[in-house]
Order: sequence, then C-alpha cells, then structure tokens
Amino acid sequence: MTLLKVQDLCVTLNTSHGPQQVISHINFSMNAGEKLGIVGESGCGKSITALAMMSLLPPDSKTSGKIILEGRDILTLNSKEICSIRGNRIGMIFQEPMTALNPVQQIGAQISESIYLHMKLNQKQTIERVKELMDKVGLPVSRFGLNLYPHQLSGGQRQRVMIAMAIACNPDILIADEPTTALDVTVQEQILDLIRDLADSSGMALIMISHDLGVIAQTTQNVMVMYTGSIVEMGSTVDVFQNMKHPYTYGLFSAIPHAGSSAHLCRKRLSSIPGQVPELHLRPRGCNFADRCSRASKMCKAKDPVATRVSDHHQVWCYHPLKEEDKQ
Amino acid sequence: MKQPLIKIEGVYKDYQLPKKYLFQKAPVFRALHGINLELHKGESFGIVGESGCGKSTLARIVMALDEPTSGTVLFDGQDLFKIPTAELRHLRRNFQMVFQDPYGSLNPRKNILGIVAEPLDTLKEKLSFSQKKERVAKILVEVGLNATDTDKFPHEFSGGQRQRIAIARALITRPSLIVADESVSALDVSVQAQVLNLMMDLQEKYNLTYMFISHDLSVVEYVTDQVAVIYMGQIVEQGTTKALFQRPLHPYTQTLLRAVPDVNPLNKKRKNKLVIPQFEKTTESCPFIDRCIKATKICVNNAPELLENEGQLVACFNAE
Repeated sequence: MTLLKVQDLCVTLNTSHGPQQVISHINFSMNAGEKLGIVGESGCGKSITALAMMSLLPPDSKTSGKIILEGRDILTLNSKEICSIRGNRIGMIFQEPMTALNPVQQIGAQISESIYLHMKLNQKQTIERVKELMDKVGLPVSRFGLNLYPHQLSGGQRQRVMIAMAIACNPDILIADEPTTALDVTVQEQILDLIRDLADSSGMALIMISHDLGVIAQTTQNVMVMYTGSIVEMGSTVDVFQNMKHPYTYGLFSAIPHAGSSAHLCRKRLSSIPGQVPELHLRPRGCNFADRCSRASKMCKAKDPVATRVSDHHQVWCYHPLKEEDKQ
Repeated sequence: MKQPLIKIEGVYKDYQLPKKYLFQKAPVFRALHGINLELHKGESFGIVGESGCGKSTLARIVMALDEPTSGTVLFDGQDLFKIPTAELRHLRRNFQMVFQDPYGSLNPRKNILGIVAEPLDTLKEKLSFSQKKERVAKILVEVGLNATDTDKFPHEFSGGQRQRIAIARALITRPSLIVADESVSALDVSVQAQVLNLMMDLQEKYNLTYMFISHDLSVVEYVTDQVAVIYMGQIVEQGTTKALFQRPLHPYTQTLLRAVPDVNPLNKKRKNKLVIPQFEKTTESCPFIDRCIKATKICVNNAPELLENEGQLVACFNAE
C-alpha cells in the first residue's frame, strides 16, 4: 500500500544570486514499513527534500508538485493541519543532537511536548508514556532521570533522546537526517541498530538520509542517489550498490578507500571524480553531472536526462549508463 | 637503526577541571597516559581512536602548542620543551599542521597570499614581498590551484580547495613533518579522494612524514604505514597498518573495525554485541574492562602493559 507519494516536487529558495531551484522534479513513492535511503554529497538536496516533507522550508521558498500522505497533499494544507501531521504522523531526527535539543529544558519535558500536543493524554499518562519511550531507546529511567538536561548526556545519549522525541506519537514515517554523522563508529553502530529495530518492530516507514554509503547499505531496502537537486539513480539498495549504472554513483563508490587497499602496498591512487559540485547559480543546462563525466556527449549538455529502466526496481537518469565492462 | 624524526617518550598530559567547591583541590583529567611513539622520516603514521581519547591533545603536543605534564618530545634529537623559545620558533618551520575545518582554519579577512605566506615569517632569512609572492604562487600550483589565486579570499573557494590552501600553507616552509588532524573528515567523498591523492603525491615528492589523525578507519588504512590505536589516553595497539587491519589483536581494535558499516548491502553480519560489564572498573584495572567481551579476573586489578605480540604491540592480557 502506498503511504507517501512525492510527485514532481520542485523547491526554489531565495539566495544571494536570486531565486534558485534547489530541487527539481523529484518523484518517488513509499510503502508502509519500507526503508528508503537518500544518499548524496553535501548540497545535493537530501535535507531540503526531508524539510519539504515536514513543511519546514523557509517561508520565502516556493514549492511546486505534490507530496501526498494518505490521499492528502501536504503542500496545500494550512498551518493548523500541518501541525497535526508534523511530529504526529511524520517524525524527524536531526543531525546535530547538540543543537536540536533545547539546552535549558529537561529531557523529560522535551520528549513529552509532542505527546501532550497530539495524543491528548493527562499528565500522569504522559509521564508513563515518556518513561516507556526512554526504556525503548535504551535510556532506562532508573539510571537516566526525566529531569536531566541535554548537557549532562553524551552525544549518543542525546541522539537517543532525539529518537524518543521523534517516535513519541508512533509516526507512520520516521525521517532520519544524518543521524550518526556527529558520532563515533561504535556509537553509530548502536544508534543505527536502534533505529532499525524500532522501525521493524512498529512497522514505521524509514527515510534514512546520509552521505555515508555504508550507513545506507546497512539500513535500507531502497535507495535514491541524488546529485545537484535531482535523482540520478534509484532502485533497490542491492541493485544500485552492486550493479550501479550511473557514472556518478560509480564515482562515489570508487572514491572510498576500500578495506585492504593500502596505498603503500599496491601504490594505487584513489579514483576521484574530477572537478567539484557546481554552485547553485552555475548549474549547467542538461545533465548537471556532464562537466565532470567522462562519458558525456553533446546530448548530455543539451537535454535533461530521462529515466531509463534497468530492471523492475532500478532506474537511472543517464543517456550513457555504465555497462559491466566499463567498471574495472 | 636510524634516528627517528619524532620521538615521544613517556608523555603524560593532565588538564585541570573546574572546581565544584571553593576549597576543593582542582580535579584533574588525564588526557594522555604515558605515550611512547617514534616516527621515522618518510613514514605515514596513523592515530586512531574515538572522540575524547586524546588524539588531538597528542597532535598539539607534537606541534609544541601544549606542554606535556611530564615526558619528552624529541624532534630530530632536540627536546621541544627544553630549547629556548626563539630557537623553537625557528624550529617550527620543520613541522606544520593541517586542521580539520577548512572553513574555520583560514582567516576570512586575509587574502590567499597573506594566509599562505604567513609561516615564512618564522624563517631566519627575511624574504622580500616579491620573493614571497613567487614562492606562494609556486606552491599554489603544486597543490592544484592557480598561481593567480593569490589575491582571492577564502570565501571564493570550495571546501576541497580551501583544504588545498591549508596544505599549501603547511608546505611553504618545506617542513619534514606534517600533522594532519582530521584533515579530510569535513570533505565529501569525491573531494576527499582528490585531497588524499594530493597528499600522497606530495609525500613522495618531498619525502614528507605524516602524522595522520582520523576517526575514519578506511582512510587511515589507505594512507598510513604504521598505526597506533588510542583508548582513553593510552596506546592499546600499535603495529604496521597491514597487520593491524588484517589481524587486530586488541578487543577494542576489533570492536572499532567491526563497527564500520559495510558498503555491501548483502553483508550484514559481523556485528558487535552489546557488552554487559562483568567486572567493576577500578583505578588499577584495564581502562577497556567495562566494554570488553574478553575481560577476565586478571584485568580487574592490573592494567596491561604494551607488549610485543607477534610483531604488533598490544596492551591486553587476553589478546589473540
């Protein structure tokens, strides 16, 4: 059953160079309980996509297209209706647990805020619910009181508080925007396990946003790779990560140093993508990746690429998708 | 045996914490706990550990930005903390640092010429403006920028280019040691690969020694020859990169390596189990005891020393 459908979403933000389209023509849909990953480098529009779903974009931004959650278009709702969805049906975990929590409010109060707003429980029931949530995210109330302040917790514990806030009202969709970027690998592993287990046990759909290919590979079923505001490749995580067709996806994978690839032993240089991500106001016509792509032809620089079907669950937006023999 | 370029011997570093009560003795946080290291010329040495383990404190001490509480740091045989300040200032041209944040480490009000030429002021010989400009232009080309970029300001560059400027600034005095403290962690993977390639090329060209500090294990594995793993201010394992990554002996190193998420979506095994501490941690016990799956009775009352075990140095009683 389709839970969320994003149709032709475009977002235009006001920048110092005038209005610029930061996201262009994004289409995807999600089923209940599905785990979707959004991967890409900084500035590719991952976070803007998430903020658009939460209606948290800056007020002077312009959006077009549709974001349909159970038959209702989020983009056309008034602010009161949005408030009944945000935090209630869609929960979000932000990247920086230090800045996303209120430093002068106790964690119990912060977790209970959305419960109070959406679930209409009395005070005693709210406290019970907060305690239950803290147990769920691995902060047992016997050791972590409700009256602690964020500065008394470590980075991983703060992220657990964030997760408790995001899942407080049993949302249908949980958006995790780079939830582990600020954490150590060992803590990252625990937090990812927690998010995955919570999503599995409650049937929540999960949107995992990250620049880390390993995080996406370990937590998602489907993935979309974004570059400069457009999707370049989309499909099941296994298909896309094992059999990538877009030169950009391939470039990303070749640029990470793989285990067992010490440079001094084999003297192999890392293959990097030449050039850099074009700035917003300097994005070229046609395919945005064409200037950095070795396979680009005249057509790439003239026309926007269209979706090419690779298999049932795998699409690529490229005129010259990679073949097996192109990958060494 | 050749003389090491940097020799760190028995370095301890204590930081005083704020007092809770007026007449209390100030509590002390021990950031480094008896570190011994040797870096040889032309070698890349990796330092790995979680945040707060003392990696950056060690970098600051090697750069003579912080004085150790006890212990010595010898650079080419000279004790950095015994020689007069004026001499240290001249010695500084031999070791330079590249910082983590390319946005915070470049002065936004100086142009690139001013930023990159600044270390030249520590040289004994005084250079004229045109000589400085010439050297800056030359080094900019070497790090992959344009010689005409000297009049631009940092905001005109992207993150990767800024990190190239930081590398140019570190290289301009022709140092023999470069300390790279998380130098590529703020960059996107495609740009990170460019900067890593550049650093490797420069190392080959100038026979540089790198002290490479990072929490990203795959980057450390790629770049370095030798690695030391630090946990709570102590080296728990040290050895050649190849051996340590193929056959980690210390349970902490094993935990770290297992925690790195695999890019292969089909490979979902090798997970760390949550450790329930079986033993009480005391001041005498092994610092890792509360997170260790292999902890036994001997770990409670004795802290393991860094001993040789099949070519690697490991501080663990139950290493295998």
